[in-house]
Amino acid sequence: MFRYLLHKLALIVPTVIGISLAAFAFVRLLPGDPILALAGERGVSPERYAELIERFGYNRPYIVQYLDYIGNVLTGDFGISIATKRPVWGEFMALFPATLELAVVALIIAVAIGIPAGIFAAVKRGSWFDQATMGVALTGYSMPIFWWGLLLIIFFSGYLGWTPVSGRIGLQYFFRPVTGFMLIDSLIAGRPGAFSSAVSHLILPSIVLATIPLAVIARQTRSAMLEVLGEDYVRTARAKGLAPRRVVGLHAFRNALIPVVTTIGLQVGTLMAGAILTETIFSWPGIGKWMIDAIGKRDYVVVQSGLLIIALIVMAVNLLVDMLYAVINPRIRVQ
Amino acid sequence: MKTKLAFAAALLAATMLGGVANAKTLVYCSEASPAGFDPSPWSGGNDFDASSRTIYSRLVEFDKGKTTISPGLAESWTVSDDGLEYTFKLRPGVKFQTTDYFTPTRDLNADDVKFSFERQWKKDSPWYEYLPGTGWEYFTGMGFPDLLKEIVKVDDLTVKFVLTKPEVAFLPDLGMDFSSIVSKEYADQLEKADTKQQFTQKPVGTGPYQFVDYQVDAVIRYAAWDGYFGGRQKIDDLIFAITPDPAVRAQKLKAGECDIMSYPAPADIEGLKADTNLNVEEQEGLNIGYMAYNTTLPPFDKVEVRKALNMAVNKQAIIDAVYQGAGQVAKNPIPPTMWSYNDAIKDDEYNPDEAKKMLEAAGVKDLSMKIWAMPVSRPYNPNAQRVAELIQADYAKVGVKAEIISYEWTEYRERGKAKDRDGAFQLGWTGDNGDPDNFLFLLGCSAIGQSNYAIWCNKEFEDLLQKGKATTDQAERTKIYEEAQVVFKREAPWLTIAHSKVFMPMNKKVSGFVMDPLGIHRFDGVDVTE
Repeated sequence: MFRYLLHKLALIVPTVIGISLAAFAFVRLLPGDPILALAGERGVSPERYAELIERFGYNRPYIVQYLDYIGNVLTGDFGISIATKRPVWGEFMALFPATLELAVVALIIAVAIGIPAGIFAAVKRGSWFDQATMGVALTGYSMPIFWWGLLLIIFFSGYLGWTPVSGRIGLQYFFRPVTGFMLIDSLIAGRPGAFSSAVSHLILPSIVLATIPLAVIARQTRSAMLEVLGEDYVRTARAKGLAPRRVVGLHAFRNALIPVVTTIGLQVGTLMAGAILTETIFSWPGIGKWMIDAIGKRDYVVVQSGLLIIALIVMAVNLLVDMLYAVINPRIRVQ
Repeated sequence: MKTKLAFAAALLAATMLGGVANAKTLVYCSEASPAGFDPSPWSGGNDFDASSRTIYSRLVEFDKGKTTISPGLAESWTVSDDGLEYTFKLRPGVKFQTTDYFTPTRDLNADDVKFSFERQWKKDSPWYEYLPGTGWEYFTGMGFPDLLKEIVKVDDLTVKFVLTKPEVAFLPDLGMDFSSIVSKEYADQLEKADTKQQFTQKPVGTGPYQFVDYQVDAVIRYAAWDGYFGGRQKIDDLIFAITPDPAVRAQKLKAGECDIMSYPAPADIEGLKADTNLNVEEQEGLNIGYMAYNTTLPPFDKVEVRKALNMAVNKQAIIDAVYQGAGQVAKNPIPPTMWSYNDAIKDDEYNPDEAKKMLEAAGVKDLSMKIWAMPVSRPYNPNAQRVAELIQADYAKVGVKAEIISYEWTEYRERGKAKDRDGAFQLGWTGDNGDPDNFLFLLGCSAIGQSNYAIWCNKEFEDLLQKGKATTDQAERTKIYEEAQVVFKREAPWLTIAHSKVFMPMNKKVSGFVMDPLGIHRFDGVDVTE
């Protein structure tokens, strides 16, 4: 197991270098630069432009800029935002708990509904339930997040008045964040009603963010289950007279889990991408909105460091998933 | 409704626990997060709303809802005959805010004024680079580094600005956000403790509200400053709920989650007006949306061609279709709300037949050109692509074939400046300080390569522009600028498209909010009835 882990870790090093290069290049390939983006319609004189470019060091060769950047990252310095002048790491840490909280709740919803729905659809293949589930899953998968979020706000918040429109907690609750996770902080604060306010603010954004992963997980579970249900050992188990629940739950589901776990692992990337739009619609102060703002402002430092940090997190989750495979199926370890 | 009730109940409980009777809260749904709370390094309207207009004051202040100025921290001033020296007498007894991170030991004095400007100006000031890479863009953009000769502390309550040349817009410039007065005592304290960055994170000013807390990208909280020289505000707690999407802001306002919102989407305005709990105030924006011809390239170097193309466009149709009525046809390069606006000028008449004849007479046949469309919605033009399509259709009627092109926003502006740029370029401008020069400079010879996208350098116009800058008497300046508008109209470097309206929807319980022509949002003097 330890060698397996080492092998996986060794693979991460070139990936990190590749991603840091890609992030560094990506933001510079965009038209414009931070100085022009900050100047807006007012414009900036050529002399002033040259002065600022030099001050930021963007007149140096790309390779020097990259090595400087990587050198700083290796010492734990992710740089200072060009737009806000705040340290990138500090900004990231202030905003990441909000994204993580939203993503975790969304993932729980996606898994808790997606897997059972997929199993039932597979077991009842061809039934109305199967067709309805897959129909809804396809719709969910194709749903433009922005439109979907707004639709839910208009209906549940505007028309029915059941949920708040946006934000993380009612504005009447004012306490300094301790963990950054509103569900936990609202409990720590001990203010009556704070926790339920935090929960009610999470409902719509987490449903919106969960929609695509839920659809993908349900479809993947269904197809993996269908494949396994057709295997000889399942037929044997049935022939032995095992209860259908035992056949599906123990024999079939465990073997269908690997592609499902892979899919769930990959959804972390989808969640990060989905967070960008979801956070913008629901005024959710997380890293998705932060990255979008930074790209708009050509904040090179935030984009290159932010992308790298997010990529590292996604890789860490994928590594965790890889480790989980080994637990589910020991043969993978041997290979 | 439940949310509203819960909110009201919690607020009541909080008020009772806090021992404050009838604490009044105003929630403003703002459009973006501020970059920081120092009023001078940034340039966004949302930055100013969150810092300079709430926390700070200036030597002179714009009158509410107007572009004229009145005394602020300076109770009076004198200007020398040559227009080079401005001497300000400061208001005595002005207190900086006392917060949990700073307790002032003295009142505002000339040192604070001197420091507020010199930190943006003197490169050897320890505060010049306190934020890495700060460009002090507004201070530089308004030409202050070249304009200021020295700032002299005459005595504790008298400060003199010595200029290198007369500048008529100097007083309005001092009412702008970058001219906000900060506390030198607070700065010295932070410098000593080596925590200079705190200056923009935990602000201290002399304005109507004091800073309480900022949760990044989410909520900013302020409290009324008891010692405000203009009198304590009726609102106890002012909250900015940062809500980037305009449709969501509208929903929050309808649901009672905020009391007032900025920049509604044109499509939401009718729905907001229909809500009986809301008032939607509107005002002519201090802006212009235009399309600049490249006056250096044929056939646009001919006035007749530019005039003919202007006459080919049905501007009213653009107002109806794109601005959805929330705007008015523009005939001058400055908006009608601004002093010196020349209403006697007659706009180019919409007359495709005549336009066609004029083009033929100018020897223009089978003209193919480009129309540039911004990729983003701006206050002066909500949908440049759609405007371009309408102009394209109008041009087709006079035999001009137009191709619409667009680039990413930053790239768009850069490419638009090129001297060999092909075709007509859409853009616009929103005023900074209410002075006509702040609009007309866009067409000045020195703005070529920067903000003069018509690449138009007309001696007559330029002379008037320079004369206007060097004249102090407003009546005389009015005449000069009226004449400049005549020259502009005759020479037609732009197709002036529209001045847009700006809307401010708010709950009916909000009173005292005055819309500002400069686009800033001020909460001094605002009240809510429970």
